[in-house]
Amino acid sequence: MTALLDAVGYDAWALHALVWVPVLGAIAVVLSSEERSKNVAFWCSAGVFVLSLGLWWAFDSAGPLFQLATRTVWIAPWGVSYALGIDGISLMMVLLTTLTLPLAILGSFQYIRERRRAFYALMLLLETAIVGVFVAMDLFLFYVFFELTLIPMYFIVGVWGGERRIYAAVKFFLFTALGSLLMLVGILYLYFRARAGGGAPSFYILDLLGTPLTIAEQLWLFAAFALAFAIKVPIFPLHTWLPDAHVEAPTPGSVVLAAVLLKMGTYGFLRFVLPFFPEAASHPTVVAWMLALGVIGIVYAAWVAAVQPDAKKLVAYSSVAHMGFVVIGTFALTVNGLQGGLMVMLSHGLSTGALFLLIGMLYERRHTRLISDFGGLARVAPLLATAFVVAALTSIGVPGTSGFIGEFLSILGTFERYPVTAVVATSGVIFAAYYMLPMVQRIFFNRLDRAENQRVNDLSGREAVILAPLVALMIILGAYPTPVLSRMEPAVRAIVEYVGSDGEAGALAELARGGAEVRAAAIAPIARARTP
Amino acid sequence: MTLQLASSANLALVLLPEIVLSVAAMVVLLASVRIQKAEADATDRARSLGGLALAGLLAAAVANGWLHWVSPEGEPGMITLDAFGLFANWVFLLGAALTILVSFPYVARQGLQPGEFYALILLATVGMMIMAGTTNLILLFLALETMSIAAYVLTAFHRGERKSAEAGIKYFILGAFSSAFLLYGIALVWGGAGTVDLREIAATVEAGAGFNGLVLAGMGLLGVGFAFKVGAAPFHMWTPDVYEGAPSPSTAFMAAAVKAASFAAFLRVFTEAFSSLYESWYPVVWWMAALTMVVANLIALTQSNVKRMLAYSSLAHGGYLLVGVASANEIATASILFYLLVYTIMTLGAFGVLMIVSEHGESRFQVEDYAGFGASQPLLGVLFTIFLLSLAGFPGTGGFMGKIFLLQGAAESHLWTLAVILALTTVVSYYYYLRVAWYVWMRPAPAGALAAWAPVSVTAVLMGCAGVLIFLGIFPSGLLNGALTAAHGLWLRGLDAGLSGLVR
Repeated sequence: MTALLDAVGYDAWALHALVWVPVLGAIAVVLSSEERSKNVAFWCSAGVFVLSLGLWWAFDSAGPLFQLATRTVWIAPWGVSYALGIDGISLMMVLLTTLTLPLAILGSFQYIRERRRAFYALMLLLETAIVGVFVAMDLFLFYVFFELTLIPMYFIVGVWGGERRIYAAVKFFLFTALGSLLMLVGILYLYFRARAGGGAPSFYILDLLGTPLTIAEQLWLFAAFALAFAIKVPIFPLHTWLPDAHVEAPTPGSVVLAAVLLKMGTYGFLRFVLPFFPEAASHPTVVAWMLALGVIGIVYAAWVAAVQPDAKKLVAYSSVAHMGFVVIGTFALTVNGLQGGLMVMLSHGLSTGALFLLIGMLYERRHTRLISDFGGLARVAPLLATAFVVAALTSIGVPGTSGFIGEFLSILGTFERYPVTAVVATSGVIFAAYYMLPMVQRIFFNRLDRAENQRVNDLSGREAVILAPLVALMIILGAYPTPVLSRMEPAVRAIVEYVGSDGEAGALAELARGGAEVRAAAIAPIARARTP
Repeated sequence: MTLQLASSANLALVLLPEIVLSVAAMVVLLASVRIQKAEADATDRARSLGGLALAGLLAAAVANGWLHWVSPEGEPGMITLDAFGLFANWVFLLGAALTILVSFPYVARQGLQPGEFYALILLATVGMMIMAGTTNLILLFLALETMSIAAYVLTAFHRGERKSAEAGIKYFILGAFSSAFLLYGIALVWGGAGTVDLREIAATVEAGAGFNGLVLAGMGLLGVGFAFKVGAAPFHMWTPDVYEGAPSPSTAFMAAAVKAASFAAFLRVFTEAFSSLYESWYPVVWWMAALTMVVANLIALTQSNVKRMLAYSSLAHGGYLLVGVASANEIATASILFYLLVYTIMTLGAFGVLMIVSEHGESRFQVEDYAGFGASQPLLGVLFTIFLLSLAGFPGTGGFMGKIFLLQGAAESHLWTLAVILALTTVVSYYYYLRVAWYVWMRPAPAGALAAWAPVSVTAVLMGCAGVLIFLGIFPSGLLNGALTAAHGLWLRGLDAGLSGLVR
């Protein structure tokens, strides 16, 4: 495989292609006919996914921290560069994104009937923006992509959404914009501080890393950045936009929102907040607050989810609970905790994406999402029921699924330092079973007593194709997560060491302090060490 | 080439764009008399006279471009030739040209006198160009009056409409009032410093030779005058009514070019003449900026009339620009120039679409009238969305780069509180810009809604505007460097006055 990648020079163009091919696809969609646009969009996003698979082999977990790195001057007067690169964390996020998008698009074939061209063009633009967020190595570039995700999502929710779509779209937009604009001021502050220390103006994250800041400055900047990402995650009590947006969005929109967009927030914590402000991030008060909010999110969202009559809303609240695990895993600042958080992110992307797709499929069949309208569907739609049960069990975190690995690791990582928090968080797993299992029972088991429910069809071929990879991955990652964990480990270890030592130790510290030679060793334009 | 300013013929060359444009205005007036007789059709009249006015603007643009290659030698006198003035001229020329381009159908449909209308726009532009280029307070006043009187007439141009006449009277009375402030300020400065030349004032003030109290009082009155002109709170009360009542093309022209000219003059006077008094005027501008951003954005939230909403949005943008004035450093000045150019394009683009929706008349301004616009006119809907996003300062558009640039200027002077206010009020502005976008795309058209009519030429111009905005949102470097060069010219003198040490 690596020989093939080398032969086509994959490392040199892969990231550029992943970011920009969807834009070309969007143009192709606009130029195609209304009927054919969905196929164009699907094949384009599927092509991007195939392209992105090469990253799995191109990325060398024994290699430098950042790989496939490129950097070109973009806005010279400000020192902004167009810099891309991936570490193990970005790698997994990119793969999750490129996997989710074609499935979401395929899942929308029946659902989206009006203005298809516009819809699919927006979906592809969304893919560009999300991939851009995960591969940007320049803070300015990151910010641009981060904000650009808002526009397609605003229109996807607002135009194709449910009854209260405009309210949900505007709420989503304003909430996230509020956070990100304050972060923008924070970014500029950081930029000016880095420049004041001498050196050319730059937004390149490795240039900004290790900028000397007083503890007060760190705390303020931490607040500005953390607010933006906390709204995106979302962390309790900033989560109120999420149920509205998820429920009102059309199925593909909910899938992308839950599976990928939320991860931009947790990714932001790992990529920027922890490395840039290590002293603030390991400040006892800050850690206590973040852990507390994470735990409250886990427990509170679970309780709220338990009383939702609407299946989609129930799953939406379960997202908030899952993200709580990511938060505690992250702020425990242990390798296990971060790894667990990342696994929860991946697993949540798979399981919640699948659940939203499945609920969308049920809605297409019955035109309702109320749990009480269903019953006994397992008898008429066994495949659908199977997929749903696997996704639900993954969501709960039952052993054997990817959800278990994630939640176990994040609780374990938290327990190493904060046992009480970990114990309370563990109750979240029980609550997850408490809200998820009754829903499964009431929809799929119980009695098949309604005529409408007896006529429900099982999965069509297209639907099976959508769900199969998700279900398979949930089980494979649950059984054998090592390849994923080992690829993420160097990046995670670097962050933990850097933050744990207040920016004194670890691979990131070397990058921050090091000159050109150190950087050349740690950021490689070509991933694998080549044997001549 | 070098130009010896000792010779008066060469001095005329420095004024070439202004001279060309004045001649063009006369030609348009004369031609209108002939064309009035020759062509019966109002659309043809508007087109041929508008074409003539555009040719004049193009010739002035060529002259302005030529001046970039000229390096003057010797004392320039009342008019200076510097990159700042030339850059500002581009903004005014662009504003005038776009106004004419998007208003053909309006002028024809509303039966406005095209000759007078276009000639007034050209004459106002002449006034603006002198405002940005002069270093003499008396000439500045004359140029400002040239511009303002043309603007009063443009406001009241819709003679048959009560609203237009009302707006004209309001604007005239309040404008005259503010001119009086300005003139009194000039008189006091002259009394204190003994001169009306900006550089001599700066030298006198710095040397402490003049009568400082009078200069301070004069500076305050000048500030009030400029605050009126740029619509800074609390001197903004006239703007919404005037902008709403004026014919839409005039509103667009005022919101873009007239505002830009006032900012250019504001900047030149306060950086060239009063830079050593920075500590006295900066708190006032700081508060005006904060107040303008907050008040304008909050009131814009409640507007259901899109034209009035755009009027408040224009005030809000004035507030952002005032942040640049308060920052008073080279980057901030460059950012104001950059922002003015981008702002001119996006405002005129938005007004262009507004005129299409209002069927080139003075009706259908309510936000409900935009329901279903995107479905019936997808292309115009997309263009309008781009203009709104750019006005909101969204990444990928020129408006975003402009805002970042302004924020950088504020950061350079450590005005972090203003930067945060700018960021927060921008979030507020998202709401009212997005509200129009949601009517355009997310609400079905009411039954019996008329299809909006847009001539190909107008659509093409709007596409060009949107294209430039996106281009500047992705590749701003060229224009950034241009703006930085222009600001550098102004600040070479500002730095002499020792201002850089004060900005801390």
